[in-house]
Amino acid sequence: MKTHRNAELGLLAFAMILVAIYAATVEANQFNTIHPTFWIPAALLLTLFIGLHFVVRFTAPYADPVLLPAVALINGLGVSFLRRLDIARAIANKKPTPGWFEGTSGHQLEWTLAALILAAVLLLVVRDHKVVSRYAYTLGLVGIVLVMVPAVLPSSLSEVNGAKLWIKLGAFSIQPGEFAKLALVSFFAYYLVRKREVLSLASRRFLGIDFPRGRDLGPVVTVWLLSLLVLVFEKDLGTALLYFGLFVVTLYVATERASWLIIGLVLFFGGVYVAYLLGAAVGGPFQNFYDRASIWLDPFAQANYNKPIGGSYQLVQGLLALGTGGLFGSGPGAGSPGLVPAVRTDFIFAGMGEEIGLFGLSALLVCYLLIVERGLRAALNVRDSFGKLVAGGLAFTLGLQVFVILGGITGLIPLTGQTTPFLSAGGSSLMANWLLVAMLLRISNAARGPANSGGSSDRPGGGPKKQPTQLHGAPTEVFKP
Amino acid sequence: MNAPLRRAGVVILVLFGLLFANLNWVQAYKADKYRNSSYNGRVIVAQYDRPRGGIEAGGIALAKNTLTDDTLKYLRVYPKNEIYAPVVGYRPVNLGAVGIENAENDFLSGESDTLFADRVKDMFTGNNTGGGNVVLSLSTKAQETAWKELTNNERGVTKGAAVAIDPRTGAIQALVSMPSYNPNPLVSHDTKAAAAAYQKLLKDDSQPLLNRATQETEPPGSTFKVIDSAAALANGYKPDSQIPAGSTYKESGAVIHNAEDEACPGGDTVTIKDALTQSCNTGFARLGVKLGRDTIVNMAKAWGFEDDKLTLGNLKENKGLPVAASRTGDMSNPDGSVDKAALAQSSIGQREVRMTPVQGALMAATVANGGKQMRPYLVQKLLGPDRRTIYTADPQVLRTPVSGSVASDLSDMMVSVVENGTGKKARIKGFTVGGKTGTAQNAAGADPHGWFIGFAYDSKGQAVSAVCVMLENVPGGHASAEAARIAGLIMKAAAGEGD
Repeated sequence: MKTHRNAELGLLAFAMILVAIYAATVEANQFNTIHPTFWIPAALLLTLFIGLHFVVRFTAPYADPVLLPAVALINGLGVSFLRRLDIARAIANKKPTPGWFEGTSGHQLEWTLAALILAAVLLLVVRDHKVVSRYAYTLGLVGIVLVMVPAVLPSSLSEVNGAKLWIKLGAFSIQPGEFAKLALVSFFAYYLVRKREVLSLASRRFLGIDFPRGRDLGPVVTVWLLSLLVLVFEKDLGTALLYFGLFVVTLYVATERASWLIIGLVLFFGGVYVAYLLGAAVGGPFQNFYDRASIWLDPFAQANYNKPIGGSYQLVQGLLALGTGGLFGSGPGAGSPGLVPAVRTDFIFAGMGEEIGLFGLSALLVCYLLIVERGLRAALNVRDSFGKLVAGGLAFTLGLQVFVILGGITGLIPLTGQTTPFLSAGGSSLMANWLLVAMLLRISNAARGPANSGGSSDRPGGGPKKQPTQLHGAPTEVFKP
Repeated sequence: MNAPLRRAGVVILVLFGLLFANLNWVQAYKADKYRNSSYNGRVIVAQYDRPRGGIEAGGIALAKNTLTDDTLKYLRVYPKNEIYAPVVGYRPVNLGAVGIENAENDFLSGESDTLFADRVKDMFTGNNTGGGNVVLSLSTKAQETAWKELTNNERGVTKGAAVAIDPRTGAIQALVSMPSYNPNPLVSHDTKAAAAAYQKLLKDDSQPLLNRATQETEPPGSTFKVIDSAAALANGYKPDSQIPAGSTYKESGAVIHNAEDEACPGGDTVTIKDALTQSCNTGFARLGVKLGRDTIVNMAKAWGFEDDKLTLGNLKENKGLPVAASRTGDMSNPDGSVDKAALAQSSIGQREVRMTPVQGALMAATVANGGKQMRPYLVQKLLGPDRRTIYTADPQVLRTPVSGSVASDLSDMMVSVVENGTGKKARIKGFTVGGKTGTAQNAAGADPHGWFIGFAYDSKGQAVSAVCVMLENVPGGHASAEAARIAGLIMKAAAGEGD
């Protein structure tokens, strides 16, 4: 069986060449000349990614060869765009050009290193993804705690731009929700693998659809309430949508019953609608959500645009940046991303969109799509149910997150504060998403490798090998038509 | 479990498809709208990225640029501050532009179709060669004399205007409005400071932003008698025809007196020429009533009254500084018949007759130019960024209200006004000057406005300049004398003499 590791290496090199070209264009537009050192960030990134590539080569030789280069390309372009912003800021302030490890892009480079180390550690320690299921309840607890912490903390320690999603510790702040995704997916997968029989078989038929019994609804309702709490207390629709979508999809995949999807969608949109009405009527904790919805409905209205807090200013500026870019964009380094608020984080896609245009953004979308679909393919091909649910859940969540933030920026759905995976400045998001990719790499290795690979049979360090087998080792229903 | 996984994949595909479709909507369909949205700061940055063309007159820069360090690359500078502001105007970052800056904006910014080739060249050379330059017809000497004399007038008048026109071409030699404003603070890149400066000017009771030469209409007083004279001469009267005058004239309840310095010579009758020379109110009031409402109104129209389309800019396009319409007003009874009292008062430029200083100058210019009224203009030349000539003003006849012989008679009569009559203060050594004074009642208890409209021929008989000076609420009597004095100095400067 071929490992395709050399293909991965070649694609990585190609991705970094694109990043270097991007950096060269930025310098040409910002300095009117290309410095002979333009390739250094791309080379640094290449070194880092090759490091991870070797970890993959030795610990997950059969892993999907497209995942790593696709993610590396997005990550590299993110670093380059942030460097472009740093350069523009330095020029505007008459400061010398920032060094390779200074400014937002320098930090992002350092975060990339940290994220890659975490991903490598995960690949090195977790030689068989099934091992994770052993810590499912612990992870579930950790996940819920991570989600709830910002809601419980006072606003001064948790609120950024109206969304309570953070834990701020002095100069350092992390978004625990990013990591919670990973923990929750593992827990959901484990829970559903154990409960799927009862959830999928016991049912009542109504209107031609099999509905579950009332007592089996418990966990769904719990997660629904949890995500609504997030919506109300963390003031963030996107995160709520993410958690709930994650759960409903894993539930649907596990049980293969459309009724769960229907119940999930009705509950979610019903909840959102009620929250909107409550926001209009009573305000209070629902006010933020109501404001965001009205901004989304008419961003260009004077009243919304001029509102000093919670107005549509940043949404409108993002749209104007995208529109100004048009089909081809102004070229990297030639736009005015400085006019878009939060262009380093939430609005990075709009800032880049002005410079790379519809064509560039479409290519970026295709990259994301590639990552998600490759993740789903790993889920299809992996033999165990737990792996299927984890890979499917993670890949779907990643796709959903991209949809939520890009849909928000482009005015498709109400805007919510989400990071753009691998692109936005910020360590939490980068590390969590690289861990997600490492998990997908691990599972795709099991999916594409020989039946007995994946380490569970010959790993002495993976603990007693009986337990995972006993739980869900049997290859069930894999090739069901 | 694979079937639902595949469906989840399809869901992701659909979601990404929606994203892609929406991106097309934003970046392709709406792109132009967003690109030019007033919320889009790039629009302004792009406009300031290229040096705006200069505005100049007589080789002196009236509007130019300096390079800045901020995001807006060029700052507009008006070196002459308030003197040329009523003509040049200003172009602020956020507020609306006015004056030539507004009228010739396309050309100055370089967006004009005539500069298309320059833009294409820029695309290949990578240079930003900037917009085109506007050369004004103004004579800097006349403009600066007018400004100096108006603001240092001997009566302490604070409001007024002066316009000078070359009668042969219609080229405007001077256009001054007092008080004026300094346009420089208004174009500051600090938009808050600019808005504050604008608000301050807007709240100023003396209305410095108002262009009194083009926008203010005031009762013209006796200057309107030029129209009466033209109407009489065109209807068979001669300059020496006797018309009834007298010391007072009562008509349908209105009583017309002769002003202090505008007494009628002789007895009950007077020649038209003498009546004009001494500005005899009773004579012209009777003459107006005799000629009839329609004759007077139509003659006024023939000279440019009621024209609300006139603009002072270039002669190719009808954009420029708008000139308010001068009006003769209503002279009818409620049943539509002629209100003779109103007609009598209107004939001496009172009642509802209103005139702009530009219209006054146009009338004098028409007399001096043998009855041909040239269309007034401010833009002499348009030069490309490389200073090649793109447009040169080609003088046009706007209207011909009277024949050459009537104009010649009128000219003689007006010269008599300056040489023997009420306009003696306008005399210039070495020139033959003609004109008409006006002292206009405007509000109960207020000092009258002083007007002078006139023209000057040089020693070769060329009509070198026609002028109108209007001073609001002149104290101390003889309101028109100060206007006549200033008018003489302006014409002298416009003819290239004086200091």
